[in-house]
Amino acid sequence: MLNKELFLNENLFEISVEKIPTRDGYGDALLELGEKNKDIVVLTADLADSTRVEKFRTKYPDRFFDCGVAEQNMISVAAGLGVNGKRVFTSSYATFSPGKNWETIRTTVAYNEADVKIAGHHAGLMTAQDGATHQATEDIALTRVIPLMKVLSPCDYWESIKVTKKAGEEYGPFYLRFTREKTPVITTERTPFVMGENYKYWVGKSPQCVIFATGYILYYALIAANTLKQLGIEVDVVNVSSIKPMNIDTIVKYVKGINKVVCAEDHQIAGGMGSLISEILSQYEPSRIEFVGLKDNFGESGTAEELIKKFEIDDIGIIKSVKKLLEK
Amino acid sequence: MLDDISDKKVKFLEEKSLEIRELTIETLLKAGSGHTAGPLGLADIFSVMYFHTLNHFPSNPDWEDRDRLILSNGHTVPVRYVAMALSGYFPLEELKTLRKLNSRLQGHPHRTALPGLETTSGPLGEGIGQGIGIALGAKLDNKDYHVYVITGDGEHNEGNIWESIMMGAKYKLDNLTVIIDRNNIQIDGFTESVMPLDDLKKKYESFGWFAEDIDGNNIRELAQSFAKVRTIHEKPSVLIAHTIPGKGVDFMQNDFLWHGKPPNEEEAKIALKELRTLKNKIESEY
Repeated sequence: MLNKELFLNENLFEISVEKIPTRDGYGDALLELGEKNKDIVVLTADLADSTRVEKFRTKYPDRFFDCGVAEQNMISVAAGLGVNGKRVFTSSYATFSPGKNWETIRTTVAYNEADVKIAGHHAGLMTAQDGATHQATEDIALTRVIPLMKVLSPCDYWESIKVTKKAGEEYGPFYLRFTREKTPVITTERTPFVMGENYKYWVGKSPQCVIFATGYILYYALIAANTLKQLGIEVDVVNVSSIKPMNIDTIVKYVKGINKVVCAEDHQIAGGMGSLISEILSQYEPSRIEFVGLKDNFGESGTAEELIKKFEIDDIGIIKSVKKLLEK
Repeated sequence: MLDDISDKKVKFLEEKSLEIRELTIETLLKAGSGHTAGPLGLADIFSVMYFHTLNHFPSNPDWEDRDRLILSNGHTVPVRYVAMALSGYFPLEELKTLRKLNSRLQGHPHRTALPGLETTSGPLGEGIGQGIGIALGAKLDNKDYHVYVITGDGEHNEGNIWESIMMGAKYKLDNLTVIIDRNNIQIDGFTESVMPLDDLKKKYESFGWFAEDIDGNNIRELAQSFAKVRTIHEKPSVLIAHTIPGKGVDFMQNDFLWHGKPPNEEEAKIALKELRTLKNKIESEY
């Protein structure tokens, strides 16, 4: 059942569950940060509206710079501001930033220890009809391998506000991952977020398997857990919003004695959150692991629901992986 | 007003240039790897910057009102390290550690390793953008320091440079000056055969910048130009500094093979002898 201690959305399993895009949480948090801290500066590469920084532009025009369709330069400019007392948020699509400008991020932001936050919007298949060119499914891999880079992947609107605020309160390079489509609101304002910690959102009775999920896929993992319960299969579900840093002890503790794990994400299996979990478990708590994600292939155009079904990253795909794991 | 640099100061700076060149050769010899031609060609620019133009305090490298000097073509950093050491940022002795394990003098400049570097660079095309960021920050904070960005000419093959050039003009950054080391060489050969750059002055002007061609090895002209660009209003400026790669050492001059290698002991000996002869020449000229 849902973890009662976390103040999660009680209507989560209703058909009428409220849906808000995570990018809205980013935009709303920036407004608040801008009010509190006059050194917060926002940059975009011609995507002010769709990355939800339009309101910041209107409210703080002096601290907003549109770099045009030029993601490499945007990052260099951010680095310049970010080593001279400004705390900079850069807003673009994840395929372009950190996709197109990866080396600039590595050199001028991370290695240079500049106070720059990279917001990667339209991540994953959820970018839907635009097709694979605009569906970033490699961005977690690209950012988590960079030293000094923190990587946060919020599950819903409220958590997006919290990760954005966290990045706005702490010096240094961050990557924040957001999606375009409206996704279910899983948490509430009161749900805790502590960078480095990843909480158990669904607690099974004598669980046979632990599901780790990141981003909005957490919703499908929770739906899967609910369905599995009705089938007599108990699981735990962990929200992995803090990809880096990650408290390894917590992950190991969750898995100890169960040792059967499913990792689910809207991202390539290679290099993603599941890769990270398997790196940890192979070292500290060897377990059998099934991966739900893109299997070395690109997405395509379609509605979000059609896509996650076709690529088996929805609750049905997760249930399939759990059953496969338990049959072995 | 722009001619107010005295003959005495010019002589002093010319001597500093030679000192920078000699120490650069010695430093590269000890390092055993690195670039030679670019640093020698840039010695006059660094001499004027560190010993005349920049408002800075080597003893307080983080002074917030200092002028910012960004080196975008990071591979030429030995000349910067030498100029910094000579002006008191760190002991000359430390130059011996260039490119060695546990050194603050990384093969390409790393901001957090050594105070006074301003940026981390090496991968090309990223300096002007960082300069724009610093210049925008200065405007936000009502600071009147100037931002100088040294770039290579071959570096202008990079597309992101042109992204930056557009943005510098958009925000009318008159506190930003780009200095192009126009030495006509890059790793694979002459710039005009690798990827023709043509008339950089015209290109920058068409992007809305104030642009001037200058002699990058003429101390007086450099000093005057670095002062002049501070008086330009409402647009960023660029100085296309025509330099001689390998300047001061006859067998290195204008030879692109010296772009990416250090001298061996024999070559260094000849180079240093030549540079010391030039020193006597300056003495006799003034």
